Amino acid sequence: MLFLVVVIQLSVIANVDILSGHPNLLLVTVVCVSLLRGAVFGAVAGFSAGLLADTGVFGTLGFTALLLTLAGYWTGRYGETTGRDRAHAPLLSIAVITVLYQISALVLRYLLGQAAPAHHIFVALLPTVLLNLILTVPVYALTRRLLRPREWVTREVRLLG
Amino acid sequence: MVGGLVLLSLILITFSFRASSTGTLHQVESAGVTVLRPFEVAAERVARPFRDVYGYFRGLVHAKQQNGRLRLQVNELRQQALQGKSAQEQNREFRAQLHFIDSPLFPRDYSPVNTRIISWSGEFDQQVVIAAGSDQGIKEDTPIVTQDGLVGRVTDVTGSAAHVTLLTDESSAVPARDQKTGATGLVRHGEGEGSLLLDYVPKESDVREGDVIVTAGTQSKRYPSLFPGAIPIGVVTSVGQSDTALYKQIQINPYVDFSGLDPVTALITHKRSPKVP
Repeated sequence: MLFLVVVIQLSVIANVDILSGHPNLLLVTVVCVSLLRGAVFGAVAGFSAGLLADTGVFGTLGFTALLLTLAGYWTGRYGETTGRDRAHAPLLSIAVITVLYQISALVLRYLLGQAAPAHHIFVALLPTVLLNLILTVPVYALTRRLLRPREWVTREVRLLG
Repeated sequence: MVGGLVLLSLILITFSFRASSTGTLHQVESAGVTVLRPFEVAAERVARPFRDVYGYFRGLVHAKQQNGRLRLQVNELRQQALQGKSAQEQNREFRAQLHFIDSPLFPRDYSPVNTRIISWSGEFDQQVVIAAGSDQGIKEDTPIVTQDGLVGRVTDVTGSAAHVTLLTDESSAVPARDQKTGATGLVRHGEGEGSLLLDYVPKESDVREGDVIVTAGTQSKRYPSLFPGAIPIGVVTSVGQSDTALYKQIQINPYVDFSGLDPVTALITHKRSPKVP
């Protein structure tokens, strides 16, 4: 599934520009997968998808992989703990992770000495978040159908004494 | 586990950053591109009708206001074309009489390789991947154009695909000249998305709004240009200068619509460019 998403992101969605915003289907999918399957699965999915995406555009190998690994891990942790039973968890995760992803990418590019157009990224941040939120609804529904949510173990807490 | 993946990513970034364009990592990337290529071509074909519909409606918004302006331009250009044709004839005759030896000329000495774009880099880079590579004769620094004008140049190549850095990328710089007055400068990315600047044009040079900017070709033997001369780049939209700045501030509206690129043409030449001794 992630292979297909990488292909669609690189050849179709990467060129979409609506009100200066650029939707990121790959990030949305990794976040949805992580919410349903947990931190480790999310990190591995993020790493694999990111590495494939880096390869497909002759990019700096490991760049997208690093960002998506962290995005997958953090979202997974959120899904495993506070966000597991909350209906708004996917939308909240996407909004927060999109902002963090964009800023981290900007900082990382700056550290690598690559073009880091901060003004452009901050102008496009809000539309990008909105576009990603729009994508989240169908992507989360589809991911939920394909990947059955992990059944979280309910731990019984017994008070001693 | 997660720490290991993060570490692996950082190692990959380090190696990728330091690796040469022919090293092992580059071969891994080439293999990845080769695997992805058929899928990207298929996805691009499926998405094309939808993209065309979107492009059609987006184009309609600007079409009406462009129409009047373009009609006036057509009349002006028709006259210029007639004058240009006779000047070209004269030029050819004079060159023949002088037995003039020249570097490759555009478009005469170039053969086109028409191809499509199969993937786009993200919003940070103005770079694309095209579905033709060294198997089709494309090399590093091969100029890429559309029928409207200059698009960019090849910065990395594998057998079946090539990485193109667009003119609007921060790392791009093209020697250019004003077709009318001959004033030269360097075309670089502008402030807005898809806009360009003609930089390093001395204040005393004559550049006016509406002037056409084309590639300059090689101007100095110390710095041979990667692009042949006379490829259209764009039209001057504003010219400014301040007392403190050393050069004019010239904004260019590119002829090429960088958001709707496709198909593109790689210019291959077999004529050798003169090398500086």
